[in-house]
This record gives sequence, C-alpha cells and structure tokens, in this order.
Amino acid sequence: MAENNRAVIKLKEKFAASILDVREFRGEVTVTVAREKVVDICRFLKESLQYNLCTDVTAVDYLGKQEPRFMVVYNLYSIPNKDRLRLKAGVPDADCSIDTVSCVWNSANWLEREVYDLMGVQFNNHPDLRRILMTDDWVGHPLRKDYPLQGPDREPYKGRLS
Amino acid sequence: MASTEIMTVNMGPQHPSTHGVLRMVIELDGEVIQKITPHIGYLHRGVEKLSEHRTYHQTIPLTDRLDYLAPMSNNLGYVLAVEKLLGIEIPERAQTIRVIMAELTRLKSHLVWIACHALDIGAMTVFIYAFREREMIMSLYEKISGARMTSNYFRVGGLSSDVYDGFEKDVREVIDTFPGHFDTYEGLLTKNTIWVNRTVGNGVISAEDAVDYGITGPALRGSGVDWDLRRDNPYSGYEKYSFKVPVGEKCDTFDRYKVRLIEMREAVNIIRQALDSLKPGPVLADNPQVTYPPKENVYNSIEGLIHHFKIASEGFPVPEGEVYQSVEAPKGELGYYIVSDGGPKPYRMRIRPPSFVNLGAIEKMAKGSMIADLVAVIGTLDIVLGEIDR
Repeated sequence: MAENNRAVIKLKEKFAASILDVREFRGEVTVTVAREKVVDICRFLKESLQYNLCTDVTAVDYLGKQEPRFMVVYNLYSIPNKDRLRLKAGVPDADCSIDTVSCVWNSANWLEREVYDLMGVQFNNHPDLRRILMTDDWVGHPLRKDYPLQGPDREPYKGRLS
Repeated sequence: MASTEIMTVNMGPQHPSTHGVLRMVIELDGEVIQKITPHIGYLHRGVEKLSEHRTYHQTIPLTDRLDYLAPMSNNLGYVLAVEKLLGIEIPERAQTIRVIMAELTRLKSHLVWIACHALDIGAMTVFIYAFREREMIMSLYEKISGARMTSNYFRVGGLSSDVYDGFEKDVREVIDTFPGHFDTYEGLLTKNTIWVNRTVGNGVISAEDAVDYGITGPALRGSGVDWDLRRDNPYSGYEKYSFKVPVGEKCDTFDRYKVRLIEMREAVNIIRQALDSLKPGPVLADNPQVTYPPKENVYNSIEGLIHHFKIASEGFPVPEGEVYQSVEAPKGELGYYIVSDGGPKPYRMRIRPPSFVNLGAIEKMAKGSMIADLVAVIGTLDIVLGEIDR
C-alpha cells in the first residue's frame, strides 16, 4: 500500500500541505507535489531518505486532457535501500516553469535541458539552460502534443499515388 | 616569458573516436583540457514521438534501433514495461530464452566496446579479434531472429517464435570458446605497458560523483558502487542465477575495463546456467487479447487470420496508468516510462538512455587531463549516439 511506503510517511509528516496526491499502480508509488516546493522535497528525499540516484527527469503533455497541462516527472532510486519513488509536479501552460533540481542531483542538468528542449518547460535557476538535441534556432518543442508528427510546414504522407 | 592562450578545438562529429556523431568543442591550454562542451543531436530519429502514433507491438522495431549494438536489451526493457502495464505473466521458457539472448547481447555489445576502446588507444589486434568473435553471436542472432542487428525478436507476452532445433548446442559451442578469447584480450592488454599508462589514473570519477551524475552500469561499478539491477531489482527470473557483480577501486579507465571483462565472463556463466534450466513449454502467454495466434492457425483458419489481423492493425487496449521499468543494459540502466490513457498506443513513452546520462559526466571525468586521454574517456563510457539522440 502506498500509505505504508517509507517515503510517503515521511513526506506527509514534513510537507503535508504540499503533497497533492499519492497513488500506487503495479507496485509503483507516485507522489504528486506542489511545484513551488519541489526543490525542498527533492533535497529532503536525497539527504534524509537516501534517494541518491535521480534516474530520470521527464515531462508529460496532457493537452486538453487535464489541468495543469504539463506534468514534470522525476524517477528516483535509492541505491542503499533499493527502492524507487516517482515524484510529479504539475506545470500550467500559462506559467510554464519549475525550479531546477540540478542543485540537488547533477544528473538532472542534462535531463532538464532535454525537457526544456523537447517540451518547452523552463527550469528556473538552471546553470546552463540551452537546447540539447535541437539546434539553438529551432522553433517549437517537438514532444508537445500540438506539434505535428511529420514536422512543421509539411504535408502528412498520404501513401502512394499510383 | 612565454605567453599562453586558450585554444578552441573541434573534435567530431566524424572523428573516428567519437563513436558516432558526437561533436565536442574543447578549450585547450596547451594539451590540457580546460573545458568541454559536448554537442549532441544530429540523428533526430524521434522514437519517443513516433511511438505515440503506433500501437504497442509496432513500437518494438523502433526500440531495436536505439542502441544498435544491443538491440535485444532494448526490446527486453520495452516489452517488460508493457507487460507490467498490462499486468501479465509470461511463460518460464520465454523468460529463460530472454535471459540467454540478453546476455548474448551483453557479450556482443561489450565486444564492440573492447574493440573500439582498444583501437582508440592504438591496439588494433584486439579490434580485429573482438569483431571476429562478435560475428559468431551475430550468426546466432540471425539464426534465431532472422536479422543480424535489428532483431525484433521479443513480443509483448513472450517471443515471436520458439528457438530452432539445435539452438542449445550452437550456443554452447559459441560460449565455450569465449573464456579463451577473454584470456587473449587480457593477455594483449592487461599488462601491456602502453595500455596501463594510458588507462590507469585516467578519467577518474569518485563513487559519490558518479552517483551524483547519474552514471549507471559498468561505468558506475568501475567507481566502486556495488549496484546491478539484475541482482538488486531482478526481472525475467534473474534471481535464479548466481553471478558475481564486479566492482572497481580506483575509479579510473582501467577499472572500468576490468569490470567489463569480468562481466563478460559472468555473462557466459549466466548463459550456461540458463541453458541448463531450459525446459520445453510455450513461449507466449495464454492471453489471446494481447498475443498473436500460432502461425498454423493464421494460415489454416479464418478465425486465426482475423485474430492476427486485428492485433496487427488495431493493437490491444492497455489499462490506464503509468509504469517505469528498467533493465541492466550493457551500458547501464535502460528505463522505459510509459503513460497509458487506456488506448492501443502509448500516450507518452519516455526512454531513459544510459549513454545520454553517462555522457553528461564527460567534462567532470576529462577536465584537467590531456586531449589524448579524452579519447580513452570516451571509449570507457561506451556511448552509442543512436541512444543519446533518440
């Protein structure tokens, strides 16, 4: 049960007001938190609960499906305790930004740059927020749901004409 | 007094030691590296975006092409993630064959690593030997899946087909020769003065820094962190096999070389144990909603044909939810994070590529060393640009 998870118990004690949702699916625990507190929570998870490996930072675009539009997702792992935790924070389209956690884990540096490049989420206080996969002058963010699959200004492939 | 100035040098994207299309802007003080700015992003294959427009089965061939040196490891991570979303169990025989194939893949990938790493440092004999041995695994791949590189062999729920008659004998014949080959590589390199001088004390990254930078796999174990997903979060029945997880002490290029060599020996061990425990049985889960019908039904009955056609064209619905599943790929932790909205296509699929994260630490590892040592550091990270720039 998600309520018995060691991280969930501690997080609820310390950041009760910032924990918006706790879910368990297929044995994986996901905690949704307020984006304003994400750095404090991450620092607490690393320093007090030994989530020393920030495996992945990514984002999901829920265009038209739910509010807020973006969900930034952190997949964390604790090497000493061998357990995983997923942290999520919603980011609205109108103010598409969240604080960087690269000050907590260095691995978040490049991972956040990728999210910025492909999803267009700004990371406040990031030491080096530049595009990483696309060129500097690229317009748009390819992994957004409203970005066409075939790329900008191109007709979708319609199959053979003959 | 001689004056010094910083010189900026471009390395790549077609430099033979950048292992693909990596470009690095290097700021040099004499021959000493002051700063490295890696520029990745050249292939733009858009696998994550493409998968949002394909059914779950149609995405499998895309995953082959991520790390083209270890296609079956990529397939394995992906199918495990989808199976976790679906909540289905797969038969034991399929699991064992998956382990055999994943370990053969580890050998195949590590052979390219040792070949290229040695060539980067100037040892050409090892390069030719390792490619010769890799060829044997490629032939096995071809016999089993029909393709030498893009295997596309695993399916959600099991395997695309059972292995051929005589598979066990063939694999045993191949792996029995490997310990001798590893001795040859070690004989050529481990005590070779040039090799030792180029690798010992080069590209040092402490255990704490390695974890902080998110490095995983052999590169992390080379830094002395005893962590392997196959042992610590077992999948596909890895808990049944006994194997050693090697770790380094000095956190340098030489330690990472030793760790990978021991890993190759352990991979042979695991394959042998898996072959011993291989029993007859089905290779696909009994779940007609998800798995393809047997081929004889497709060819001989209209129901079988319709069944096959419906799964191939429409896919299958997957329960709403999100999962993250990772495997110990040859390069490190390869993870798939899939968000499902209940439809037949992933709503969002994110691949956590080990090469991308490992490359992020390159400046930390190479800063302050000579430009010639950078080549050894790139080699020791064992990067594949196809995986970095998905």
